[in-house]
Amino acid sequence: MIQKNVNFIDINKPKKLHNKTLKTEDGVIEKESVVVRFSGDSGDGMQLTGTQFTDTTAFLGKDISTFPEFPAEIRAPAGTIAGVSGFQVHFGSKEIYTAGDEYDVLVAMNAAALKSDIGNLKKGGIIITNTAGFDSKNLRLAEYPEGVNPLEDDSLSEYEVYKVNITSLTKEALKETGLSNKELERSKNMFVLGMLYWIFDQSPDYTINFINEKFSKSPELAKANILAIKSGINFGETTEIFNTRFKINASPQPPGTYRSITGNNAIAIALISASEISGLPLFLGSYPITPASDILHELSKYKHSGVRTFQAEDEIAAICSAIGASYGGSLSVTTTSGPGMSLKTEALGLATILELPLVVINIQRGGPSTGLPTKTEQSDLLQAMYGRHGECPLPILAPCSPSDCFETVYEACKLTVEHMTPVIVLSDGYIANGSEPWKFPTAKDLPKIKSEFTDKPNSNDGTFLPYKRDENFVRPRVKPGTKGLEHRIGGLEKANETGDISYEPHNHELMVNLRQAKVDKIADSIPEIKIDTGSEDSDLLVLGWGSTYGSIKTAVLELINEGYNISHIHLRHMNPFPKNLGMLLMKFKNILIPEINNGQLIKIIRDKYLVPAIGLNKIQGLPFTTSEIKNKILEILNKK
Amino acid sequence: MNETTNLPVLEKLTYKDFAPDQDVKWCPGCGDYSILKQVQGIFPELGKRKEEFVFISGIGCSSRFPYYMDTYGMHSIHGRATAIAAGLKASRPDLDIWIVTGDGDAMSIGGNHLIHTLRKNFNLNILMFNNEIYGLTKGQYSPTSHVGLVTKSTPFGSIDEPFNPAELALGAKSTFFARSLDRDPKHMKEILLEAHDHKGTSFVEIYQNCPVFNDGTFFIYSEKGTKKEESLYLEEGKPLIFGENNSKGIKFDGFKPVVVDLTDGKNSVNDLWIHDKRDRIKATILASFANGNNGTHLPRPFGIFYSIDKPTYEETMLHQIEEVTNKKGKPKLDDILSGDKTWVIA
Repeated sequence: MIQKNVNFIDINKPKKLHNKTLKTEDGVIEKESVVVRFSGDSGDGMQLTGTQFTDTTAFLGKDISTFPEFPAEIRAPAGTIAGVSGFQVHFGSKEIYTAGDEYDVLVAMNAAALKSDIGNLKKGGIIITNTAGFDSKNLRLAEYPEGVNPLEDDSLSEYEVYKVNITSLTKEALKETGLSNKELERSKNMFVLGMLYWIFDQSPDYTINFINEKFSKSPELAKANILAIKSGINFGETTEIFNTRFKINASPQPPGTYRSITGNNAIAIALISASEISGLPLFLGSYPITPASDILHELSKYKHSGVRTFQAEDEIAAICSAIGASYGGSLSVTTTSGPGMSLKTEALGLATILELPLVVINIQRGGPSTGLPTKTEQSDLLQAMYGRHGECPLPILAPCSPSDCFETVYEACKLTVEHMTPVIVLSDGYIANGSEPWKFPTAKDLPKIKSEFTDKPNSNDGTFLPYKRDENFVRPRVKPGTKGLEHRIGGLEKANETGDISYEPHNHELMVNLRQAKVDKIADSIPEIKIDTGSEDSDLLVLGWGSTYGSIKTAVLELINEGYNISHIHLRHMNPFPKNLGMLLMKFKNILIPEINNGQLIKIIRDKYLVPAIGLNKIQGLPFTTSEIKNKILEILNKK
Repeated sequence: MNETTNLPVLEKLTYKDFAPDQDVKWCPGCGDYSILKQVQGIFPELGKRKEEFVFISGIGCSSRFPYYMDTYGMHSIHGRATAIAAGLKASRPDLDIWIVTGDGDAMSIGGNHLIHTLRKNFNLNILMFNNEIYGLTKGQYSPTSHVGLVTKSTPFGSIDEPFNPAELALGAKSTFFARSLDRDPKHMKEILLEAHDHKGTSFVEIYQNCPVFNDGTFFIYSEKGTKKEESLYLEEGKPLIFGENNSKGIKFDGFKPVVVDLTDGKNSVNDLWIHDKRDRIKATILASFANGNNGTHLPRPFGIFYSIDKPTYEETMLHQIEEVTNKKGKPKLDDILSGDKTWVIA
């Protein structure tokens, strides 16, 4: 029987996690954390504004988590709700794990942005609008009823609304620059950024540097953009229209050097790192697909690191070219998303039976089919586990945050090379595009990767046996071009050790079992799972995987601080599972598995450990909010 | 320069060095045996070490080929040999890579990979055994089967317009196209050597008899009695002559090729079309001979239709890497890890 740890609450005196609000002397409100949502038309530059605000904030030592959200259409009709592009950033002086359920500040550049995003604005929250985006045409496109303008009726009375004609103020401020009307209009996002820097008491220096670099070849544009930012700041300072300013202190993050990183960029850097540490040349075979293409873009910039990127004719050729390069001795990778993954599965069967190293990275998105290409989902886990023909087990890893993409993908590279098996990495749209501060490692901190090629026969009679295994059931790797070891490999079942074609019934069963044993044996090379938050002796365990980490962690921390005795475990190793997972799960009488799918990990957990886990499922293309998880936990605890 | 280098002396190889101890398991009488023999025959002449060769194949009768060559090899999946070879060549330009494929493997399930490999122009050799039938799956019509062919999947005759492999290759910007046939070992040997010499993707269509499911399809081009009238052997810089006692030739009537009699005194050898393998327009017209269009019966050309020099994909890729590296220098891993913008928390 599990005893409730009555001392738990006394020992860990709950520290208040709720937003502290202090009014300081100069009228600036000090807050622990704030969520800002930049929202505008796809052409309004909200992603750039959000990224710059985020990088500046991180640069000033605050912890951050972001959630960019954009339409699948490159340019949906301007002014419509379909065309709204949003960027949400949560930052604070405490540790931040999610982009926030609700926002404190909404920047709405037009009527459609206001209509689309007001739902998640906190009651009493701040709205900053560009009044130029609320003319009759904009209101009509945003589908407000004839004659209704939310800025002019009392529908926004429970919020603090600031109406600023950002467009005309920007044009006025930049009229001497000689820029065209269109260019002036496009600078309005920098004016917004300036206002926000004033409201949050942040220096614009980081962005000014960025602009100077970005427009180094057109100094007149750099000058205009900088002027727009400064005008935004001056506007805040001189007009005194804003009642509220905020001060968020730096977060007590561990000392060290940090950078900001998105999940997809972390993947690219991990691949280059693994290539350099293993000494294996990096080859990426890929085909453009949202939301994975950024990895291809980023790696393509690293030609001078010797990276070979190959944009193949289709998803199948992408993985096949990677198999070819792996056969030749490269560290080979293919990157994709759901529909592409489906196309690659035949070739994954080949890579599995050939027993060649290959990292397959699936940035999951809403499916099936084209589904929700720019939205997040965790719905390819069962595909990764079971979605191939034949008995075809593969190791699967899942990163839990943007910076964790680095460690997870680096580990995938290590496993694939050291265990001679393809490895699948399941990231998703949320962490692929989201960013956070990253205390990056140095090259000498990185784990070694054992990469060996054989150049000698491995049998007593002097022949080479390509499928003779070591104690981990791993076969030798040979580079074509190695004298005396010429041999053939292929998709047909092979005789044990020799690799010759074999249709012998018992041999097939043996080979199936050997390939399974090789994957199972990886459990010896991965760390045991530890409780992330809470204790081993609690009323409820939340078991998560992948990008739900932040929401679960925040929910569990908040409930612990409210006095509940609950815990959180987060899986990176989806196959094989850490060896102690089963024993650990047995200790909890309630297990909750939240997933952004219709219940996939829960099936595997119930099947493998026969535990009565409960699912929490959301399939809206959005991450969990903290309160959704908290409510479910409370519902379970209160039922008992 | 009279520099003496320390290049290792190449071992003298014979065809036996390329024959592994595996039993060859094609049907008795299959055209593949002849092709295998010619390939094993020319390999010692290529001036390479045995371990430098790699055979990549897909699925089908022809694709068993790698098992019968004692080199490095991969018998992969249906249609994908070209895509696998592309990745191998891009990462290992030093290897001498041969793709063995069939009409179904290359032109149906692997059609997309074939056209893109051709246009990218890796230095690879593609041998497409064309028997106008699916053999390994026991006799269905293929993308090169002629209209009306009765097979297991077309009991009332095929209704598909077939591909003309030469036209497809030229349309896909192939830099080398040649045709040979299983029953002419001497010609095939010459073509294989030329294909290997060509720097770029060499696409060789080899007419190959399937004695079980499509017997005799190409016999008119190889058997006594019809061969001289029906086949035309291309020689660089020479007029297009064929027929019994070289009695016929091809000349241009505008852009239209016409057969002329060289014995009736109306036309002489000097009036004939001179073969130029660098001429894309002529190659395109040669490719169209197999279409039998305009009611004109033309002999089937064999030999090198088209061959031009163009930088290979892997050369260009390496060149770009070199150029960028020279310009920017090789970055340190620590600099990549840190990126441009960092901040310190004390």
